[in-house]
Amino acid sequence: MLTETLSYPRAASKPLMSRNILKWGLMAILVSLALYLILALYAQREFVFAMLFLVLTASAVFVFVNRRMYAHRYIYPAVAGMTLFVIFPLMYTVGIGFTNYSASNLLSFERVQEQILARTYQSEAVRYGYELYQTEQGYVIYLEGQNQNFQSPPFSLENGNAEAVPLRPAASAPTGEPLAMRDIIKNRQALGALTLETEDGRMLTMVGLRDFAGIQPLYELSENGALTNQRTGVTYFPNHDTGFYQSAEGERLSPGWTVNTGWSNYERVITDPTISGPFLQIFAWTLAFSVFTVIFTLILGLLLANLLQWDQIRGKGFYRTMLILPYAVPAFISILVFKGLFNQNFGEINLVLENLFGLRPDWFSDPTMARSMILIVNTWLGYPYMMLLCMGLLQSIPRDLYEASAMDGAGPINNLMNITFPLILKPLAPLLIASFAFNFNNFVLIALLTGGAPDIIGASTPAGTTDLLVSYTYRIAFQDSGQNFGLAAAIATVIFVVVGALSLINLKLSKVKV
Amino acid sequence: MAMVEPRSTKYRVLASHLGMLCFIALILFPLLMIISISFRSGNFATGSLLPETPSLEHWSLALGIPYTDEAGNVTQPPFPVLLWLWNSVKIAVISSVLILALSTTSAYAFARMRFGGKGFVLKSMLIFQMFPPVLSLVALYALFDEIGNHVSWLGLNTHGAVIVASLGGMALHIWTIKGYFDSIDRSLEEAAIVDGATTWQAFRYILLPLSVPILMVVFILAFIMTIMEYPMASILLVDTNKLTLAVGAQQYLYEQNYLWGDFAAAAVLSGLPITLVFLYCQKWIVGGLTAGGVKG
Repeated sequence: MLTETLSYPRAASKPLMSRNILKWGLMAILVSLALYLILALYAQREFVFAMLFLVLTASAVFVFVNRRMYAHRYIYPAVAGMTLFVIFPLMYTVGIGFTNYSASNLLSFERVQEQILARTYQSEAVRYGYELYQTEQGYVIYLEGQNQNFQSPPFSLENGNAEAVPLRPAASAPTGEPLAMRDIIKNRQALGALTLETEDGRMLTMVGLRDFAGIQPLYELSENGALTNQRTGVTYFPNHDTGFYQSAEGERLSPGWTVNTGWSNYERVITDPTISGPFLQIFAWTLAFSVFTVIFTLILGLLLANLLQWDQIRGKGFYRTMLILPYAVPAFISILVFKGLFNQNFGEINLVLENLFGLRPDWFSDPTMARSMILIVNTWLGYPYMMLLCMGLLQSIPRDLYEASAMDGAGPINNLMNITFPLILKPLAPLLIASFAFNFNNFVLIALLTGGAPDIIGASTPAGTTDLLVSYTYRIAFQDSGQNFGLAAAIATVIFVVVGALSLINLKLSKVKV
Repeated sequence: MAMVEPRSTKYRVLASHLGMLCFIALILFPLLMIISISFRSGNFATGSLLPETPSLEHWSLALGIPYTDEAGNVTQPPFPVLLWLWNSVKIAVISSVLILALSTTSAYAFARMRFGGKGFVLKSMLIFQMFPPVLSLVALYALFDEIGNHVSWLGLNTHGAVIVASLGGMALHIWTIKGYFDSIDRSLEEAAIVDGATTWQAFRYILLPLSVPILMVVFILAFIMTIMEYPMASILLVDTNKLTLAVGAQQYLYEQNYLWGDFAAAAVLSGLPITLVFLYCQKWIVGGLTAGGVKG
């Protein structure tokens, strides 16, 4: 009954007129701003983004105008935020996985065509020697060709001429002395930026200190969409399967554009041994890393929680504060601290080990040592969380169970294995899965500690023996020279599926009710 | 409680104390070491836990004051640590206020109102939240690049982008607050509404004041999460002066440029306040971690 009353605004509470005007005015302003953004995006041919903002704006108007959607007004901002920054990027990533989006195929077809058509070359056939004259109105340039001479109106050299200076045919050189060579050298930069335009539309630029020559577009677009190189005569056809302009011999023009490549990125992950090998290795390590982290932190956390729970121990507050410290120090700082402490040559840990045992392990260049280091650091970082959880859960176990077991003569180990563990395992299971999922994606640890090093030998993408799937994906996307976003997105999609399955299991296990 | 105690208890207690003290010594080693290193002179020197030649050079550099040594050489601070700290705090405060405001109102709707698709939205929010944002960084990068062409304060290399991007991680907070709202009796607001309050007034004047503890927890959690956020900020921010602490701190430890001592001082300087806040708030945080789940 109550929810019914709550779902609708009460007719009795009429807002004031001025408030109404304010509300609608604000809304009108916001909507027109959004529409401006959508139009601008549409004009730039960013259809996906234009669509996204159109949907967001339309749903906002729908929710806020419609009285029956009153409850949705409260959740709209959060849902819109999730859509914009979680769901849309996710879909977009899955989409990128089916394209060849990368450093060499970054732009749309239209932009690539524009860029290639904007290229020019200087035709050596028409060259003009020139003289520069200084008049009271400004500089005047006089070009001397083989069969035609030109003269420009006075112009200024100072404010970097953006527009072409027009030329008119001239019979003879202007009166007065032309500038000497050293003055021309002084003005070299300004002259180099200068473009001259003849009456029939030819463009001229400076090619040497003494010459101007015509510039012409390098490529010509023909009816069928092919581009012909004016200098070499080679014709390039747009290939919408590879995303490049290609000649008959297979020569490519870069940059290319983004095209849909279907499953080819996924095929590469599976079939290309220089990718699938490292991928499987990294996948196995990611699993091992997450499992071991969960096991180690659980053992340590449960043990400490048990000790802190024990009545006989005095000074619990002190121990608790000390033991929680690794959780309290910001992770990005402690990870970097460990990076320094483990340093092979001057790190304090190797110093201690050498003095005590004469050991000097290669923490960063030996794969096994690097992996052990990561597990040590992550256990250090992660056990306090488990300890806190276990402390909470231990409190729910009835104390008389231990009393009874003590009567039967059971020791602490018996208690742990037969009472404590079975009882807390059930409420702990979803939290362990969440911890597994978190560590499966523990990007910050790897990025700050090893950066994936040491590298896997023979991999064609940047892949390290300590890389987790997330950091591997990140490196393909942002650290590889080719910035292969398509491949990275395909791998990300694979991880999405794994993590999605995990979180579904988690949801089932924790029996969340809405 | 009178427990049956075996005779060996005394030794076991002693062993536990010893074991825990040893463990704590091991745990504290890196933290003590970093404090010690921050007081040592030079960036490569190794030494004992108590510095043999104590020096304040790293601290002076971390605070942004050029350091002059005895020979008269002046060292300039390598990085603007205080500015980074300020950037981090600014971003974290603004985004946690926004997160708190938005997630409280949505949690209210989810807890108290009935509308179509409620369960579906709640569950899908939780599942989507599990996906690591690192994986959609390419898309986020493209998104902010595109928005930035039209709205300059939301583009790449702006703090606006980092703040807005952090709003995507709200689902967990919505769940936590909703769990708490569920534990408050509805009849309080019902009574207010019977007395003529609007839905909004009932929420603002009845429910909100009762929920201050959980709102505190969510604020602290959101604050800490934003301060520690690394991948998004590392992609979105470029200029040295715009970096957050989490991204900037890494700059000290590049293989070619290993400023170990300077890093130590900067780390203690910037890590200490966060650590103290965390320790001070730990009991609420622990409560908050379980509140949403237990009372759902």
